[in-house]
Amino acid sequence: MTESEGKPTWQQIEIGAIITEPGSARQYQTGDWRTQRPTYVHERCIKCGLCSIYCPEGCIEPNEEGYFEADLFYCKGCGICARECWTKAINMVEEE
Amino acid sequence: MEKYAVFVPKLIKKKENFAPGHRACVGCAEALAVRQTFKALGRDVIVVNATGCMEVVATPLPHTSWCLPWIHTLFENAAAVASGVDSGLKALVRKGRRPDRKISVVAIGGDGATSDIGLQAISGALERWQDFLYVCFDNEAYMNTGIQRSSATPYGASTTTAPAGKKSIGQVTWKKDMPGIAAAHNIPYVATACPSYPFDLMDKVRKGALTPGPAYIHVLSVCPTGWRCAPELAIKVGRLAVETGVFPLYEVENGRYKLTIDVPQLRPVQDYLKLQGRFRHLSEETVKEIQDRVSKDYAKLKEKIECMQKQDR
Amino acid sequence: MTQRVGIEVSRAVAIAAKLANVDVVAAYPITPQTHIVEDLSEMVASGELDASYIPVESEHSAMSSCLGSVAVGARTFTATSSQGMELMHEVLYVASGMRLPVVMAVANRALSAPISIWGDHSDVMSVRDTGWIQIFVTNGQEAFDNILCAFRIGEDRRALLPVMIHLDGFQLTHVIEPIYLEEQGDVDRFLPRFEYPLPLDPDKPVTMGAFGPPDIYTEVKKAQDVVLTSSKEVILEAWKEFGDIFGRYYSPIQCYRCEGAKVLLMTMGSFSETAMSAVDAMRDDGHAVGLLNLRLWRPFPFAEIRQAVKDADVLVVFDRALSFGGPGGPVCSEVRSALYSLDKRPKVVGFVGGLGGRVVSIAGFREIIERGTRIASEGTEQEFEMFGVRE
Ligand SMILES: Cc1ncc(C[n+]2csc(CCOP(=O)(O)OP(=O)(O)O)c2C)c(N)n1
Ligand code: SF4
Ligand code: SF4
Ligand code: SF4
Ligand SMILES: [Mg+2]
Repeated sequence: MTESEGKPTWQQIEIGAIITEPGSARQYQTGDWRTQRPTYVHERCIKCGLCSIYCPEGCIEPNEEGYFEADLFYCKGCGICARECWTKAINMVEEE
Repeated sequence: MEKYAVFVPKLIKKKENFAPGHRACVGCAEALAVRQTFKALGRDVIVVNATGCMEVVATPLPHTSWCLPWIHTLFENAAAVASGVDSGLKALVRKGRRPDRKISVVAIGGDGATSDIGLQAISGALERWQDFLYVCFDNEAYMNTGIQRSSATPYGASTTTAPAGKKSIGQVTWKKDMPGIAAAHNIPYVATACPSYPFDLMDKVRKGALTPGPAYIHVLSVCPTGWRCAPELAIKVGRLAVETGVFPLYEVENGRYKLTIDVPQLRPVQDYLKLQGRFRHLSEETVKEIQDRVSKDYAKLKEKIECMQKQDR
Repeated sequence: MTQRVGIEVSRAVAIAAKLANVDVVAAYPITPQTHIVEDLSEMVASGELDASYIPVESEHSAMSSCLGSVAVGARTFTATSSQGMELMHEVLYVASGMRLPVVMAVANRALSAPISIWGDHSDVMSVRDTGWIQIFVTNGQEAFDNILCAFRIGEDRRALLPVMIHLDGFQLTHVIEPIYLEEQGDVDRFLPRFEYPLPLDPDKPVTMGAFGPPDIYTEVKKAQDVVLTSSKEVILEAWKEFGDIFGRYYSPIQCYRCEGAKVLLMTMGSFSETAMSAVDAMRDDGHAVGLLNLRLWRPFPFAEIRQAVKDADVLVVFDRALSFGGPGGPVCSEVRSALYSLDKRPKVVGFVGGLGGRVVSIAGFREIIERGTRIASEGTEQEFEMFGVRE
């Protein structure tokens, strides 16, 4: 889309305003809603992946070493992962 | 209990069908429930969404969190739109205009869309034996419009249209038994689920979606905003709903009831209620009233199950 | 050549839908639409028509199911009337807003209260602004022909809009008329297979019916209005091609004996045939009168109307619906405003009548023309007059 101020003109609206790019919300940063952020004690992590299945954003994935970590572009800092990690490998810290 | 001892990466697909970037509140377990539901299914799915939080937070133009074909039209008609999708697909396959491959039609809606305004359309679609799965994401009020009561709001909860006050405890009616209503249509599959029990939820979703004919799943979805609980407690509160017997996890397969998560010793309901601001005003007396009702309902459910098992033997 | 057969108009409508080889019919019964959907269910039951018939539990669900089936690319038909159309009201806007070309036959009927099963155009006017293409038909042949045209028009890539075919309840739906029921081969030639450009398809996932924030809603509505307005070209093209194949040509307004007419009457639907007889009688008596039969209601045919009235002194518009506490008949008030900006325009006089099945005779239309002419020259305080009401 070529847009004035990034917004489509009426001529650029798709039929019935259908969105044709699946998952385009990935462009939208929800990370800046955050007031706290998960930090990791990798020694405690057993790479079980439970945190990832409880994250409402679906933004936790294993890094190259297999440790599960949040993508801070999306992480809203809810603290669920820290709360549900059974080995206490995650701590929430205030965003500065 | 849940298969905690097993490793999640081996159990579930990596692929997300509900992408991040959605605008659900911090700690929204309804968004989580939606994500888990569609992670359970593959790509051969068509989603029909009713108006409500999930539709609004996931598709503000020009963005969508959906990686599956998805349609939203109105608040009360998801089951009817899904009927059209189902019958349309069937006709096109029959006439050789679409490949003959199983596509699961999944309609989703909130408790308002399901137990209240859309009840007729759902009943119609179940009765007509449409081949689809309906999933209700029950956060126990009309959250999208600002926490108004629904018929799924529990007794004693304070909402913006049934607020607690000097003369009221808030909601003065007991939660409508929507899974019971679905089961009364004698459809092949009905279940309750909660994202605090992800593997249970995903098993049920898979079963429901693959069942020929209609299926219904009722998912308790903790809403930190409307329930006034800490966002990080969203999973715990859901778990407590199950452990106290407030929201038992069961399935009804061809009329046969079965508890999928059995809780031999129920915890006191107060453990569940006290974490939520919407119940903060409740007197000991009301809590006791709730406790009695929950114990009775749970006992009734177990009795029903035992009775059926006896018949089977 | 096909033979003309005597057949109930409802049945002809159902046969047209069958010849269009519809994939899905979702409908809920309401008098006087019932014969149409009963016939279609029978055709499905007998195997004469290979379609999914969804016996929904309400009109709201009927139209909602139609949205779902069009969204997967299935050719979809429904029919309703009156209260049924009111119940599906909010869904109608979604069909056009999402550009889902459902075709619907509307057996026009009055609205409650008091409840009436008989015909008028109250239901039509209540859905005026829903964004559908709307066509009135005058007789059974037009009903049959325009059901076929509706699929061709609505499903055209340049339109992708839902279409309503309005036929008067009982006065058309329940009468037997001689109708050419065309051959399947010719219909197939006229009506290409429906291909929705962006259907719900797991191989190419789309998001349909997303949430429209304030910074985008206006653009979506502008796009929709432009499409509906410019669909007139698609309609004219379809009618032309229909005529070339079947020999019957249609136009947005049918001008009947308008040559040299100083006084014109405008009507729509089945009443136009009665009004034509009144015009014939008056012409025989030497009066320069003519009739404008309005077929295309949406998109509104501004240019055709302006052209048709340019030499007239008086235009009498007869509506079968009433905008309570307002300007009277909806068609009259739209026509009046369409002519307002012209330097030379006829005086426009409005009548409302034929409500709830009340018949207007040939003599009645003659009276309307004569009285309208008098009002035009003498002037009146009233916005409109109610015709045939006991005082
Ligand atoms: C016919 C109609 N009535 C009312 C509304 C306003 N409305 C939109 S969403 C909603 C509440 C949704 O509640 P629920 O179904 O429980 O979903 P939630 O937002 O809680 O997930 C209401 C009342 C509407 N969109 N349409
Ligand atoms: S839940 Fe804890 S132990 Fe398991 S993967 Fe996440 S951080 Fe590691
Ligand atoms: S804090 Fe919440 S949003 Fe962030 S990674 Fe943990 S669970 Fe996900
Ligand atoms: S109001 Fe509740 S259900 Fe809605 S997005 Fe927020 S947390 Fe989720
Ligand atoms: Mg809700």
